[in-house]
Amino acid sequence: MSEYVLEMEHISKSFPGVQALQDVSLKVKPGSVHALVGENGAGKSTLMKCLFGIYIKDSGEIRLGGKRVEITNSKQALDLGISMIHQEQHPIRFRPVMENIWLGRFPKRGIAVDKKAMIQKTRRLFEEVGLDIDPEVPAGTLSPSNLQLVEIAKAASYHSKVIIMDEPTSSLTENETEHLFQIIRKLQAHGCAVIYISHKMEEILQISDEVTIMRDGKYVGTWPAAELTTDEIIRQMVGRELTNRFPPKDTAPGQEVVLEVKDLCSPLPRSFQHVSFQLHRGEILGIGGLVGAQRTELVEAIFGLRSIASGEVIKDHKKFSVQSVDDAKRHGLALLTEERRATGIFGILSVLDNTVIANQRRYSRHGVLNDARRAQDAKEITEQLNVKTPSLDEQMQYLSGGNQQKVLIGRWLLTDPDILILDEPTRGIDVGAKYEIYCIMLDLVKKGKSILMVSSEMPELLGMADRIMVMCEGRVTGILDRKEADQVSIMQLATQYRK
Amino acid sequence: MAQTAKKLPRKKYAMFFILIGAVCSAVGALLVFSEYGGLPLYSKKVYDLPWYILIVGVLVLFYGIYQRTANRRLGEEVSFSGGSAKSFFLKYALIFALLVLVIVVICIEPAFLKLDVMFDILAQSSIKLIIALGICFTLLIAGTDLSAGRMVGLAAVISASMLQKPTYASRFFPNLPQVPVILPILLAVLACMCFGTLNGFLVAKFGMHPFIATLATQVIIYGACSLYFDMPPNNSQPIGGVRQDFQDLAQFKLFGRISILVPIALGVTLIIWFVLNKTVFGKNVYAIGGNTEAAVVSGVNVFRTIMGIFILASALSGFGGVLEAARTAGATNNYGTGYELDAIAACSVGGVSLAGGVGKVSGIVVGVLIFTVIQYGLQFIGVSPMWQQIIKGIIIAVAVAIDLSKYHKK
Repeated sequence: MSEYVLEMEHISKSFPGVQALQDVSLKVKPGSVHALVGENGAGKSTLMKCLFGIYIKDSGEIRLGGKRVEITNSKQALDLGISMIHQEQHPIRFRPVMENIWLGRFPKRGIAVDKKAMIQKTRRLFEEVGLDIDPEVPAGTLSPSNLQLVEIAKAASYHSKVIIMDEPTSSLTENETEHLFQIIRKLQAHGCAVIYISHKMEEILQISDEVTIMRDGKYVGTWPAAELTTDEIIRQMVGRELTNRFPPKDTAPGQEVVLEVKDLCSPLPRSFQHVSFQLHRGEILGIGGLVGAQRTELVEAIFGLRSIASGEVIKDHKKFSVQSVDDAKRHGLALLTEERRATGIFGILSVLDNTVIANQRRYSRHGVLNDARRAQDAKEITEQLNVKTPSLDEQMQYLSGGNQQKVLIGRWLLTDPDILILDEPTRGIDVGAKYEIYCIMLDLVKKGKSILMVSSEMPELLGMADRIMVMCEGRVTGILDRKEADQVSIMQLATQYRK
Repeated sequence: MAQTAKKLPRKKYAMFFILIGAVCSAVGALLVFSEYGGLPLYSKKVYDLPWYILIVGVLVLFYGIYQRTANRRLGEEVSFSGGSAKSFFLKYALIFALLVLVIVVICIEPAFLKLDVMFDILAQSSIKLIIALGICFTLLIAGTDLSAGRMVGLAAVISASMLQKPTYASRFFPNLPQVPVILPILLAVLACMCFGTLNGFLVAKFGMHPFIATLATQVIIYGACSLYFDMPPNNSQPIGGVRQDFQDLAQFKLFGRISILVPIALGVTLIIWFVLNKTVFGKNVYAIGGNTEAAVVSGVNVFRTIMGIFILASALSGFGGVLEAARTAGATNNYGTGYELDAIAACSVGGVSLAGGVGKVSGIVVGVLIFTVIQYGLQFIGVSPMWQQIIKGIIIAVAVAIDLSKYHKK
């Protein structure tokens, strides 16, 4: 019997034009939490997809409990005792939660699905992991964080030997993350090993026993977590010394108010209510809060994507009402949405198309586009923002997350906005690219633009914002100055729930 | 808009229905029996209205009793979520529209109230319903089945060609003995299932979009069916002289009034309801339609499920074709032309989403009935067929628009 429950050795995998994995190894001990870290595009997800049978490896060997296995589909992986929590949640929205959980292995009575048994099993499972959700409600009605917890419960229900968690906390609040950690420890106690992929260093050091680091599709090394520090991990990930996660903030906001929001209320009672704030020229105003604080809803309403029940938005001392995105654009607003993949990029269109798409009108005469000018602008802006792409004709989906985000920033800069609204500008982006995006942001405010930045990462808020507005349950619970803010004070405001 | 869920004790709720049901049943029964007693209490001008009152009364009464007895299972209270009149109206807009139309038709032509009209409508809906129930599976995985109509034609031609009277002059197979009815029927359905397998294979194996896969099959089936139909000595003559026992399969009338097709369709509906709601296969269909990726990573055998979907759809189309041949006592290769589009329209009107994952058997039944009632009703009051087409088209567009508005919330 091997010392390891899972051994992956010399795994290679290539896609047309890309060597995604090159001779990567991963060894996981039973009952341990093994963190897998690396920049985006380092190949973590690809490696896990090879393990879970979504991709088929080109070469290398996988051994489970010392026995060599060939995994060619997910069902096989599940049967072998490997389950996976996927990075992106796509539940079957119109079907009950319980059907989402037991899909592929419904309890049966004769030829019929045993609904009663399914409800009972779901209840028992939820009890075990401490979830209070009705098994029969459609999955689409759950909040993203609850969906994530259901997904975790589902993975636990397979009684697997190995559970892969691909960024399980990206939509969880701190409390829920703590809850997840409790579940993980329970799984560990049952001898289950967890492979934990995350970008959040604090979490990794807190929960994991061992850390394997990958870089550019290659294996860097494995260390006991106790011997590592955040800086050490980052250094190994990027392969260079990164003394600072944030560029020095040497900007100061002006006095002039460019955007004022007064008593803005959503028509939905559980969304944002009575929100007021001011944004100055050259200022980065951070908006902090936990998941469900209605921050995205607020900025989308300002941008004309959602309706407003009452309140005013005043820009450059003029009251204006935004009815559509077109209006917002004309008033000099720009919004980078939270879900880059879903609402940001056009995956199969070229980088060029993606860059100029918000600005087409300017390149057209009588509806016919001027290709030369489009290409020129796209070239200029992508060079200015240091977008790494083989060419402007490359399909957007093949760029890394950080480069996609830079293209999106470029897209909106071409519309020449005064105010940029950035919703989670660095979510799912690796450390190096984050730094570049922070530099771009500072550059912009130096040029007199103002930025409204929604972020769930506290270090980001503290490192980048001039002031931090904290929301909880749709209300503003406080606006902190950069100097007086720290993690504790933000957290206190973010959890100021109504009694 | 505040979402206040009104609550009402279920006992009270049930009593309300029991009362109304009882009153309607009593009035209906009184009127009906008064006629048999030789002392009609109502004018013959309203035709079978008392029967309708009786039927509705009994249905409401049963609903009330069900609510009363199922107290424990359904909970002590009835809650009306989002109980605004507008959302209620939207939810049942189709039914209201249908009621208005029926009332208009009755006002113009009271003979529409005859029970036989209803039986006729049910009979006419039956075959369409069977085909629609097959197609709904392909719609549920965000696909479609364009070959369904041609399968109807194929099954009709095959079954009719082997079930002709021995005395008939121009027989398709002059020397074929009198085989048991079931054999040619099975053969016809099996032929369709072969093409269904081809559909499924193209979709599941090559990831072809069902639209194009079934379009290809549709053309092939029509060609094959025409070749068969053109075989000497038939040479593309319409097939007639169909045996009486075969005709009875669709023409027999229960109690001398209700077509045998109605209970057949009812049986198929119940089976399909069971398959969709109670079997692993059915749940997997919804799962694949809702999110194929999630189904794959949950270990659902997507290949097998998709094969099953198209084979089942083809079997139902084939069965519908057999019944169509029996009903009309004949067949040509052009039978079933365009049936697939009618079936898709009926499913859509009944709330089946073409984006996949959403749809209920009850909705499909309502969708099919709506189309038949409208067609029958418009014919009844003498609206020209051209106008009927226009009205039908408008109904499809409006019904689906209303249905979608349920999901469009900002």
